[in-house]
Amino acid sequence: MPDVKDVGALMSVTYDVAARDFVRAGEAASKLKRLLQQLGLDPAVIRRAAIAAYEAEMNIVIHSYGGQIKVDITPESIEMICEDSGPGIPDIEKALQEGYSTATEEIREMGFGAGMGLPNIQRSADQFRIESTVGEGTCLQVTILHEAGE
Amino acid sequence: MSSCRTQRIINDSGLRIRDIIDAIEAKLLTPSTHMDRLVMSVCGADLMSDVLAFTKAKTLLLTGLTSIQVVRTAGVVDLAGIVFVRGKRPAAEVIELAKEEDLPLLVTDFPLYEACGKLYCLGLKGCSELDPGGRTGECLTSRT
Repeated sequence: MPDVKDVGALMSVTYDVAARDFVRAGEAASKLKRLLQQLGLDPAVIRRAAIAAYEAEMNIVIHSYGGQIKVDITPESIEMICEDSGPGIPDIEKALQEGYSTATEEIREMGFGAGMGLPNIQRSADQFRIESTVGEGTCLQVTILHEAGE
Repeated sequence: MSSCRTQRIINDSGLRIRDIIDAIEAKLLTPSTHMDRLVMSVCGADLMSDVLAFTKAKTLLLTGLTSIQVVRTAGVVDLAGIVFVRGKRPAAEVIELAKEEDLPLLVTDFPLYEACGKLYCLGLKGCSELDPGGRTGECLTSRT
């Protein structure tokens, strides 16, 4: 069960993501999506948040030794911190290019590893930050605004 | 050749899963309550990131992949259902998850291209025809 804290207008949820667990991969994003639906948020915002969370979750499952997705929901935005411990990304610029991937054949057979994960997260986000330290891990910060683009 | 025009039976109101079953000789793997689900557009893909980037709500996915991730992906973007092509059947746990997610699963013996072609002939649109941004994935950022 995720750890849910409802502090007034701000809600915080944390989902643990296990490395290499391909059966459960995607559960965190599904749960987050359901939660956002229960909160009655705009479907387009929910869709972008669910896509970003799912791609980030798959990255943690595929590439890291395990991690967490922490989500803060405020009246202005949905902010996700997706943090893992793992090998890190040596060349972030390359990793952000569409089509670039270090995933194995096994991952590709499942329909992932086409080098579209980070670009999809970036597209879904209003604000996006990525930091990575080789040998330690990677941290993504994804912000989706409720009222953006109007 | 010209059968596309003669077979066109829908306008913009979409098709039901039961019509899809007739058109591509498919079998429903999930409960019969799914027969009346509405399909507004179709996407053929084996890459899940493409499905995330290019589909709309109520899109039917045709795919050659039977992994559990296909069902997860469908749930994340509210697909109308999944058709497994070339007679590929998913494992029992994949069907179980689809039932939990209330997502129609179908299987057809037709290959991907032919199954897509038959549905296109019925007038079902592709995702980029419904949203021009769908060609480049820019539909991800659209707020409509």
